Amino acid sequence: MQSKKQKRERVGLKRLLILGLSFLKIGLFTFGGGYAMIALIQKEFVTKKKWVGEEEFLDLVAIAESTPGPLAINSATYIGYKAGGVWGAAISTLCVCIPSFLIIYLISLFFDAFLQFQLVNYAFKGIQVAVVFLIVSAGWKMFKQIKKNAFNVVLFSGVFGCLVAFSVFAVDFSTLFYILICGACGLAVYLTSLVAKRRKGNAAKDTQSLSLTSQEASLSEKNGTVCVKEEQDAEVLAERPVQKTEDVCNETDAGEEKK
Amino acid sequence: MICLDLFLIFLKIGAVSFGGGYGMIPLIRDEVVSHGWMSEEMLMNLIAVAESTPGPIAVNVATFVGSSQAGVLGALCATLGVVLPSFFIILLIAAILRNLLKFAGVQAVLGGIRPCIVGMVLGTGLTMLLSTVLGFSSFGKGMSFDWRALVILFLLAVAFFAFKKWKKHEPSPIVLILFAAACGMGLYAIPM
Repeated sequence: MQSKKQKRERVGLKRLLILGLSFLKIGLFTFGGGYAMIALIQKEFVTKKKWVGEEEFLDLVAIAESTPGPLAINSATYIGYKAGGVWGAAISTLCVCIPSFLIIYLISLFFDAFLQFQLVNYAFKGIQVAVVFLIVSAGWKMFKQIKKNAFNVVLFSGVFGCLVAFSVFAVDFSTLFYILICGACGLAVYLTSLVAKRRKGNAAKDTQSLSLTSQEASLSEKNGTVCVKEEQDAEVLAERPVQKTEDVCNETDAGEEKK
Repeated sequence: MICLDLFLIFLKIGAVSFGGGYGMIPLIRDEVVSHGWMSEEMLMNLIAVAESTPGPIAVNVATFVGSSQAGVLGALCATLGVVLPSFFIILLIAAILRNLLKFAGVQAVLGGIRPCIVGMVLGTGLTMLLSTVLGFSSFGKGMSFDWRALVILFLLAVAFFAFKKWKKHEPSPIVLILFAAACGMGLYAIPM
């Protein structure tokens, strides 16, 4: 007779196995980028197995998009965690990487020899042009999607200009710095806008008996998230996550109103 | 030790790469070229293969670069390095700091990084274009105009938009790569 604990462990192991096999399959059949994998993950885990709800799945996509690393891997990790804790996350991530790892490794073994064939060499010269085309069109698509406010335009032009200039003048400047500097700029702009808001809030206090602004601010701060309501700040943030922040803010307001 | 180098460098890349697979390419190119691991041409070949095989392009490129430098161990170290940071960050968010992304401070940092990524990808695209068509990498190193590359670029653009018009959606990267391969074989076989 199995004890309850043994039974639970059995079920746990079985789930991990299914998780692993599913992600081996997904890892093998995902072509064309992270969003293709998202679709497969949704079909497998939300629609078929129902291990994750629709709402939670949308959350997951938003998170996977905003964190570093490939969208596909992030999604696998997250789903794995939801389905089977830390072990689940580890198994999913591992299994989703294994098929492509093997394929690429095998190709890499023969690649140099392959390139010795003149015709193959010619083909790859053409392929290099295709890679340029793909990168430029990917960049162009990203460019069309971001808001063209002053902040974005300044950062974009700065990075683009410096990258190209440093490259043609053979100046060594690590790309890592661009990311760190721009992240810092984003934070700096946000902090300055906070300071400006506080000053506005204090000025309003002097002229009003009831100060809703500071009440809202202190309430939001108590809940651990600072609600960004100013339009200029909202422009700096991405679209989907801002909705989340606003949801939290609206919850706070709703809570206030209920009282 | 090269494996440790590969691991650490790809760990760094994996930790700050935003914006999908293409977001990682400027960083990878930077490291590969500055360490002299391979020529930019070879890297572009790898990128094409990584695009055409299953799996995320970023991880595939890491695997390929690692393998080219230090065999299977190199491939493992590079792949592990590039995957590990995001693995831990996602775990952190999923398990503990569910609201991490909701903090406006975090959003502000991400908001700064977004235009940066766009700038880097387009910038890298432009430098690669210069090196492919004009054979130009930097001032003082000369250049050589490759008319065939320009023709292929033009053909690709035409094919891309024609496909889009005809099939109502964009061609997949593999289609473009195969088309360019065919053009390459045809054009480069023609003697100058």
